[in-house]
Amino acid sequence: MKFKSTLENYVFVLPAVTIFAIFYIIPFFWVFSYALHDWDGILPTMTFVGLGNFKEILVDKIWWQSMTNAGYITLVALTLQNAVAFLLAWACDREIRAKNFYRVLFFIPPVLSEVVVGLVWQWILDGNYGLLNHWLNGMGLHAWVRNWLSDPQTALSAVAIVHCWKGFGWGFLIFLAGLQTIPRELYEAARVDGANAWHTFKNVTIPLMIPVAVLVSILTILGTMQAFVLIIAMTGGGPAYHTDVPVLRILASMRGSSRFGYACAQGITFGVILMAISFIQYRFSKKAKA
Amino acid sequence: MSVRRLAGIFLSLLILSGCSSKLQEAKSTVTIWHWMTDREPAFRELASRYEAKTGVRVNFELYAPSDAYSQKIRSAAQGTNLPDIFGILGEKRDFSSFIKAGLIVDLTPYMEENNSVWKKSFFAKALAVNEFNPGNSYGIKPGIYGVPIDVMSIQLLYNKKLLKQLGFNKPPQNFQEFLSIGKNIKAANMQGMVSGWGEIWMIDCFANDYAFNIMGKDKVIATIKGKVPYTDPDWIKVLTLFKDMQESGVLASGLVTMINKNAEQLFANERAVFAFNGSWCVNVYKEMNPSLDYGVMLPPKVSDKYPASVWGGAGSSFMVNARSKNKEEAVKFLEWLTERDQQAYLSEATNNLPANKESVSKLPEVLASFSEGMEVATHPSVWGVSEFPAVIETLDKGIQSIIIGERTPEQVAADVQKIKERELAKRKYN
Amino acid sequence: MKTTGYYKTKKVAVNVLIHAFLLTVAATCLFPLLWMVSSSLKTQDQIFKNMSLIPQGWHFENYYQAWIQGGFGRNFINSIFYTVSVVVGIIIISSMAAYAFSRLRFPGKNILFFMFMAAMMIPIPGSFVPLYVLLTKLHLRNTALGYILCMINVGLSTSIFLLKTFFDKMPKELEDAARIDGCSKLGIWFHVALPLAKPVLAVVVVFNALAVWNEYILALIIFDSKPLMPLQVALMSFQGEFVTRYPLLMAGLTITALPIILVYLLMQKYIVKGVTQGAVVG
Repeated sequence: MKFKSTLENYVFVLPAVTIFAIFYIIPFFWVFSYALHDWDGILPTMTFVGLGNFKEILVDKIWWQSMTNAGYITLVALTLQNAVAFLLAWACDREIRAKNFYRVLFFIPPVLSEVVVGLVWQWILDGNYGLLNHWLNGMGLHAWVRNWLSDPQTALSAVAIVHCWKGFGWGFLIFLAGLQTIPRELYEAARVDGANAWHTFKNVTIPLMIPVAVLVSILTILGTMQAFVLIIAMTGGGPAYHTDVPVLRILASMRGSSRFGYACAQGITFGVILMAISFIQYRFSKKAKA
Repeated sequence: MSVRRLAGIFLSLLILSGCSSKLQEAKSTVTIWHWMTDREPAFRELASRYEAKTGVRVNFELYAPSDAYSQKIRSAAQGTNLPDIFGILGEKRDFSSFIKAGLIVDLTPYMEENNSVWKKSFFAKALAVNEFNPGNSYGIKPGIYGVPIDVMSIQLLYNKKLLKQLGFNKPPQNFQEFLSIGKNIKAANMQGMVSGWGEIWMIDCFANDYAFNIMGKDKVIATIKGKVPYTDPDWIKVLTLFKDMQESGVLASGLVTMINKNAEQLFANERAVFAFNGSWCVNVYKEMNPSLDYGVMLPPKVSDKYPASVWGGAGSSFMVNARSKNKEEAVKFLEWLTERDQQAYLSEATNNLPANKESVSKLPEVLASFSEGMEVATHPSVWGVSEFPAVIETLDKGIQSIIIGERTPEQVAADVQKIKERELAKRKYN
Repeated sequence: MKTTGYYKTKKVAVNVLIHAFLLTVAATCLFPLLWMVSSSLKTQDQIFKNMSLIPQGWHFENYYQAWIQGGFGRNFINSIFYTVSVVVGIIIISSMAAYAFSRLRFPGKNILFFMFMAAMMIPIPGSFVPLYVLLTKLHLRNTALGYILCMINVGLSTSIFLLKTFFDKMPKELEDAARIDGCSKLGIWFHVALPLAKPVLAVVVVFNALAVWNEYILALIIFDSKPLMPLQVALMSFQGEFVTRYPLLMAGLTITALPIILVYLLMQKYIVKGVTQGAVVG
C-alpha cells in the first residue's frame, strides 16, 4: 500500500525530472568536463588540464572585479528596486482608483525589449545630448552634469539604476500576488481589535510577506548577477573594467579568446558562488522566521 | 471545446511537429549561411540570376546579428551540421582551428587552375586574409582557404562643413595639426573624434596604425613574438598619443564607452568633426544623412620614419565546407560570385569595395578615397602571428584608462608587459 | 482629541502622496514605450535628429513594411505556438512537481528539490554546444519539439520554486476536506491546489510567456529552416550588420510587445482576484 502510494508520488515529479535530466544534467556534466580541459571550442582535440582553469580563475583579478561590479548592481537592486516594488505593490493593493492602469504600466519595463531599453536610456544618459543633462542644465544644476555612462565614478551606478528600472516590475508583480493572498479577514480582525495602520502592517502584513520577500530576494540576486545584455548596449563593459560583469567575462573568454574550457570553468565557479549566496540567504530567512 | 479535446489536438500537433519534414534537397542546391543583413536583398538577386543561368539553386540563409551567427557556426561545427558555404567570424587562430578540424576545403588547387586566373582576379590584400603562408605559426599547410567577397579599410573621416566652421579648409596633414584642431573644437564646444572605442578592437586598430607608423612593422611583429617588450620607449610613445589626444580635446566625450553604431549616428548627424571608421560606413551615412559632406584620409602621421598604415583587407569572406556533399557546385558558385560583373553589382548595391580588381570602374568619390588607402593597408590576419587575446585586452582597456585619466602610459605599458610574460610562460605563443 | 477634519486631511494628504509617487514611476515607465512608438512612425534620418516624441509625419507604412519584411505572418504564428506550448507544458509539469515537493512524501525528495534549486543558480553559459549535440543525437535538432522541450527546461526550476513557495503557504484544511471526500492525489492537485494558486500560476504564465516570446538565440542555433523560426529571430534582421533600420525595428518591436502586454492584461486579473471565496481564516 505504501509502496503504491510512493510510486504515485513519483509520477508527479516524473515529467519534470525527465526533462531536467536530459536538458540540464547531461549538458552540465558535459560543460563540467570542458571546464577541466583547455579547448578553443572548435578543434576536435582538447588538452586535459585538471583544475588548472579553476586555479587560474582564483588569481584572475579582472574576474573578481567583475564579480564585485555585479555584486554592487545586485545590492542596489535588492535595496532600491525591491523597496520601490514593494511600496508600489502595497499602494496598488489598497482600494484606489486607476489600479489597473498602474498595474499595466509598471509591467512595461520588463516587457520592453532590451534593445529599446538600451537605446532609450543611452539617449537619456548621454553626456552631450542626453535628456538628463538637458534637464539638469535647465534647472541650473550645472555642476551635476557629467557623462554618466563614461565617467568611471558614475558608470556603474547609472547601469545599476537602469537595471532597477527594468526589473522592479517583477518584484511588483510577485509582491502584489503575495499581498493579494493575505485574507482580508485578517485585516478586519486586526481593525476590530483596535490596531492602527502601522500595527496592522507590522503584525499582519510583514510576517505573511516574509516568504514572498525571500523569494523575491533570491530571484533578484539570481537575475541581477546574471545581467549583461543592457550593459553591452550601454557601456560595453567599460570604461576600462568599471562596468564589466561575470557573464561578460565568460562571453569574452568564449568568443574573444576562444578559451571555451576556461569559459566553462568561469561559468561553474559563478554558479557555485551564486548557489552559496542563495543558500546563505535561505538559511538566514529561516532563522528570521523562527 | 472541452479541455480534453483541446489537449488532444495540442499533443498531436506537438508530435507531428517533432517529425520535421526535412527540406527536400533539389537535384542541386547550395546552401549558404551568412550574417550580412544589409546584403540579403542583393544576395537573393544574385542567387536567382545564378539559378537562371545554371539551374543550380542557391539558398542564402541569414542568421543575424553576427554574434549569434558566430555561435551558430561553432555549434554546427560540433554537431557536423555546417552548410555548404559559410563564414568564420573570428581571428586567424579560429580559422586555423576550423582547418585543423577538417572542416574547410583547401581552395588552392581551384585558385591556381588555368594559370591562377581566379587567384589573380583578386586584390592581393583581400586574398591575404584568407591565406596561410609558408612558415606560419599556426601549423597550417600553406594555401588559400577562403574567398573574399569584398574589401574594406578603416580610416579617418572628417566633416568638411564643421572643419570649415572651425576655420580649416583642409584636413590636418599631420598629427600635430590634428591635436591643435582639438583646441578649436573645445573652444567651439563641439565634439571631436567619435569611434566605437567601447568595442575594444577599434582601439586596437587605431593603436596599431600608429605603432606601425612610429616603429615600423618589423618591430611590432617582434613585440608580438616576444622579442621586444611593451615597455619599450616606442610603445610608450604610442600610448602617450592617446593621452595627448584626450588633453588636446580632439576626442569626443564619452568615447570610451561608445559603440560603433552610436559613433556612426553621431557623425552622420553632424555632431562630430571626425570619425574613425571603416568603409562600410559609406552605406550607413548615406541612409542616415544623404547630404553629409565628408572626406576620408589616412590617420595623420606622427613620424615620417615609417609609412602610415591602416587596417584593411577582405571585408567578408566565405569558406567551403570540407564535409559538404556539394563541394564542386559550391566552389563554382563562389567563382561566379567573385567575377567582375557580380562584384560590380554587389559593390553598387551595397556601397562596398569589391574584392575583384576589375570591378573598381565607377565608385562614388568617398569609396574611391577608401580604396586608395588599400595601398598601405595591413591586417593582423596577414602577419603570420597573433598576439595573445589577454594581452590585447589589457592593452586596449589600458588605453581606455589612459583616456579617462586613471592610468599613465608607463603604467599601462608595464601592465601589458606583465600579462605578456605570463602568457608566454604558459604556452608557446600562437 | 483629534478632529474628523484632521483625519480627513490626513487621508487626503496620504492619498495625494501615494498618487504622486505612483504617477512619477508610471511616467518613467511610459516614456520608453512612447519613444518606441513615435520612432516607429518616423523616417530613418529623423530618428536621431528629431528628438521630440511627436513624429513630424506619421509614417504608418512602417508597420506594413515591418510586417512584410519581418516575416511576421509565419514567424508570428510560430512564436505563439511555441509560447503557448511551453507555458501549458510548464504549468502542468511544474505545478505537479511543486505540489509533490510541498505535500507528498517520497525518498529522495529533498535531493531532487535541491537539484532543481541548484539549476536555477548555476547558469550554464556555453551550454549551447552540448545542447546542440544532444538534440542532434536525439534527432530533435531543427524541430519544434526539441525547441519546446529546451524552453520548458529553462523555466522549470524557477516555476517550481515559485509554486512550491505558495503551496507551502496553502491551508491544509481544504486538502484534508477533499481527501476525506475521496479525492485522489491527482484530483486534489487539480481541483484544490491549482485553483487556490491562481495568482502564482498567473505569475508563472507571464514569466514563462515573456521568456519564450523574447528568446531568440537558442532558436537561431537550433533551427535551420526559416518556416520554423520564431518572431524574434525575424526581427533581428532589422538590426543590420551595419545599417540598423530603426523605424522598421521600432515598428517590429511595437508589434512584438503587444501580444505579451495582452497576456499580462489577461493574467493580472487573476492576480487581482486572488483568494477564493470561503477560504478558511488562517
